[in-house]
Amino acid sequence: MPVKSAFFPRTSELCESMKWKEWAGYYAASSYLTLHDAEYFAFRNSAGLLDITPLFKYRVEGPDAASFLSRIMVKDISKLKVGKVTYCCWCTDQGKVVDDGTVMRRDENMFFVTSADPCYTWFSRFLRGYNVTLVDVSEKTAGVALQGPTSREIMKQVFDADLDNFRFFSTVKTRAGGFEAYISRTGYTGDLGYEIWVDNADALKLWDALMHEGKRYDIRPAGLDALDMTRVEAGLILKDVDYFNALHALIDDRMSSPYEISLGWTVNLDRDPFNGQAALRKESLEGSKWAIVGLDIDWAEIEAIYARYGLPPEIGSHAWRDSIPVYTDKSLRTQVGYATSGTWSPILKKNIAMATIRKEFDQMGSEVQIEITVEHVRHTATATVNKTQFFNPERKTSNPNATKS
Amino acid sequence: MSTKYDAIIIGGGHNGLICAAYLAKAGRNVLVLEKRHVLGGAAVSEELHPGFKFSVASYVVSLFRPHIIRELNLAKHGYQIIPMDCSFLPLPNGDSLARWADPQRSRREISRFSQKDAETYPEFSRVMTHMGKLAKEVIDHPAPDITSLKIKELTSLLRLAKVFKGLGPDLLHLNTKLVTLSAVDFLDLWFESETLKAPMSVSGIIGTYQGVRSPGTAYVLLHHYMGQLDGAFRSWGFSKGGTGGVSLACAEAAKSFGAEIRTESAVQQVHIKNGKAVGVVLENGDELHAKQIISNLDPNRTYLKMIGEEHLDEDVLKEVKRFKLRGSSGKVNLALDRVPEFSCRPGDGDHIRGDIAIAPSIDYLEKAFDQAKYGEFSQRPYINAVIPSLTDPSVAPPGKHILSCFVQYAPYHIKEGAENWPKYREAFGDTVVDTMAEYIPGLKDMILYRQVLTPWDLEQQMGLTEGNIFQGELSLEQLLFQRPIAGYSKYKTSVRNLWMCGSGTHPGGGIMGASGELCAKTMLKSRSI
Repeated sequence: MPVKSAFFPRTSELCESMKWKEWAGYYAASSYLTLHDAEYFAFRNSAGLLDITPLFKYRVEGPDAASFLSRIMVKDISKLKVGKVTYCCWCTDQGKVVDDGTVMRRDENMFFVTSADPCYTWFSRFLRGYNVTLVDVSEKTAGVALQGPTSREIMKQVFDADLDNFRFFSTVKTRAGGFEAYISRTGYTGDLGYEIWVDNADALKLWDALMHEGKRYDIRPAGLDALDMTRVEAGLILKDVDYFNALHALIDDRMSSPYEISLGWTVNLDRDPFNGQAALRKESLEGSKWAIVGLDIDWAEIEAIYARYGLPPEIGSHAWRDSIPVYTDKSLRTQVGYATSGTWSPILKKNIAMATIRKEFDQMGSEVQIEITVEHVRHTATATVNKTQFFNPERKTSNPNATKS
Repeated sequence: MSTKYDAIIIGGGHNGLICAAYLAKAGRNVLVLEKRHVLGGAAVSEELHPGFKFSVASYVVSLFRPHIIRELNLAKHGYQIIPMDCSFLPLPNGDSLARWADPQRSRREISRFSQKDAETYPEFSRVMTHMGKLAKEVIDHPAPDITSLKIKELTSLLRLAKVFKGLGPDLLHLNTKLVTLSAVDFLDLWFESETLKAPMSVSGIIGTYQGVRSPGTAYVLLHHYMGQLDGAFRSWGFSKGGTGGVSLACAEAAKSFGAEIRTESAVQQVHIKNGKAVGVVLENGDELHAKQIISNLDPNRTYLKMIGEEHLDEDVLKEVKRFKLRGSSGKVNLALDRVPEFSCRPGDGDHIRGDIAIAPSIDYLEKAFDQAKYGEFSQRPYINAVIPSLTDPSVAPPGKHILSCFVQYAPYHIKEGAENWPKYREAFGDTVVDTMAEYIPGLKDMILYRQVLTPWDLEQQMGLTEGNIFQGELSLEQLLFQRPIAGYSKYKTSVRNLWMCGSGTHPGGGIMGASGELCAKTMLKSRSI
């Protein structure tokens, strides 16, 4: 049975739809309202407040913390500056991805790592020889994501930190009335936004402060349904949906390298040894088999297929995460990959998806066919290969009122 | 001699801008001339009070054609619609009815007034979706000319006939009713509850000088039902940053294709030489030349001001003069220092995030029209209000709000004479505020700024003749191949090389964009440009 996060007294009260879902052993609201549109639009137009406590959280401390993390991550964490955050993944020796997450350098020798799967034991395997303490703080730490265009203004009302000069992918320890928190300018929506971590004991104070100050900025509690739409728009992959943890994959075909899941940019190859280095170097030279790409599915074609049945085009109000075959032509015989998640994007007015396709078909602008079932019959619609990141507003990374350069 | 353009578009309303974008996209050299300092015509956002961006005239979006968004890449240029989840009806007796996007929630609300209506409601929606599909065929193409035997016209008619045939006899009969009945009679076919019918019937009178019991108003009801957002028919939404956001996105798209846009460039008249439009004369005396001239102005202005009576045949002149404009609505925009709460359902919940109708009964609405018939504005008007700032924080400062009220009836032709409207403007504003204050206690103390627009003001400021928000009433005799006038329905005027692209042409009305698009496509297809 799932457990309740420290925010549950508030979230349960607000969740009038009673739509809950299990997320890493916690109850997580799918949507607070029966229809989640308003929550999606809060992320994109005002601010949505999301309980992200179910993420796994680790503190890595000690003189060797940076070199230890560099050893297990594909990115050279020793280069990460204090007060900065990075996003990367970690691999097996075979160069297959175990999980992805953020690494925050809170201090010279103190890091905070989040992950989607429990990784304590995996990380522990590599501790020998490092002067490092690894602490699993998952159960003690509560977190929220505050995402959307008005989130900075709300943060300014609640926290002491200098938010106007607080850059994208930064982190800092700050105070609010009566409690301390670590904040970072990160998120999973591809919008301006923050993640905030507090001790469980301060969770309700944090929630109340944000909701109270946020009222004037149209804050709304938001659930995972809305999040899922925004993360597809932003082209952010999800473990167990767009790829599988190599340690849990039953067959090798279900394992992926960082290059195959659009995380090649996080790999720093030429440095001291790290997990998967040799395999990844080999792959970078020889090429990968698969690639994750964005698909922009032709709306007029979908509309035309529905019209044949006398129907207006039906688009699900939710993001989907089924595996859908992708072909090179309309014969349904030449499969080159599969889409793993997708959504109608109300803001882009596009029907978009993320797909894993054979590397030789990943050129931007090329066309593939995606299967679409209308009235129980299989059809295909043309989709154009695109970057996975469909939505990337300037506000995500900008600091319009910065006083420091 | 000034630069020669392929086309000059008079008026930078959303249709003019869309027309410009399509022509520019096809490689034509286009210039748009807008009289005002802001673009958008009636789809305009203006910061009239510091921090408050008013959707001055038109205030919600639904009818905008989805393929235009795609073809012109409008989402990239800032087009964004936030859907409205609720239609709220506060009642004077302290009760209220909220209709939601969530069908079960609506059913329970309506059941309090009639269980039968609550269960019939989804059936009605189903039928209207079919009607909407039909309407889509009609509005996405130029209206076929039924008097012509040309292959092109006949093919176009055949295509329509096919769609009609597909409806089946029941829906076809209903379609006949739809174009002939009054909004109330049409709703009577389904519903019994006044409380439900009253707010539904008003879609039939918006922008027309008719009452909810006037025959023909059922069609206007459909016109407001055929909107489509993201594939869903009948949904309405707010444009981010106000309705001007739509126009600005269209302008950006037009510019991205190379169109030139000038504001504060009022056109005095079209220069006509040997029966052919050759250019425009600006109010400052400048003259600009182009191969084709396109007017985004209403039919009245286009024919009587831009062309001039001396260039018109008697027949055309007669038709233009009988074209019904007779605006019937006004607008009151309020800047408020807090959330306006309704005494019948307090709080700032989702019920006030959609549209709010002051339409307590059918008699109330009909009485409002009675006064208008005799040249008075309604003392108890129908009001359609929205508080866009609750869903789009970019239009008001934090914690402050905009209450935008569309008000009917405010007939252009008041008995004192339209030019006397300015004398009654504030009284009209007071009537609206008083009416709203009956439902929102303390409203008068919240008002930081008030803008009152009478039909006279709509005419003076935005060039909408007689203040008609649709550039001409959406009554059956001036729709389709008769919009604006028979014989000149295909965006052509009686003057060679002069075209029309405003909502005074087919299909017209609302922030739809179809007139601008179809005008451009008609010109391109016929190789007139």
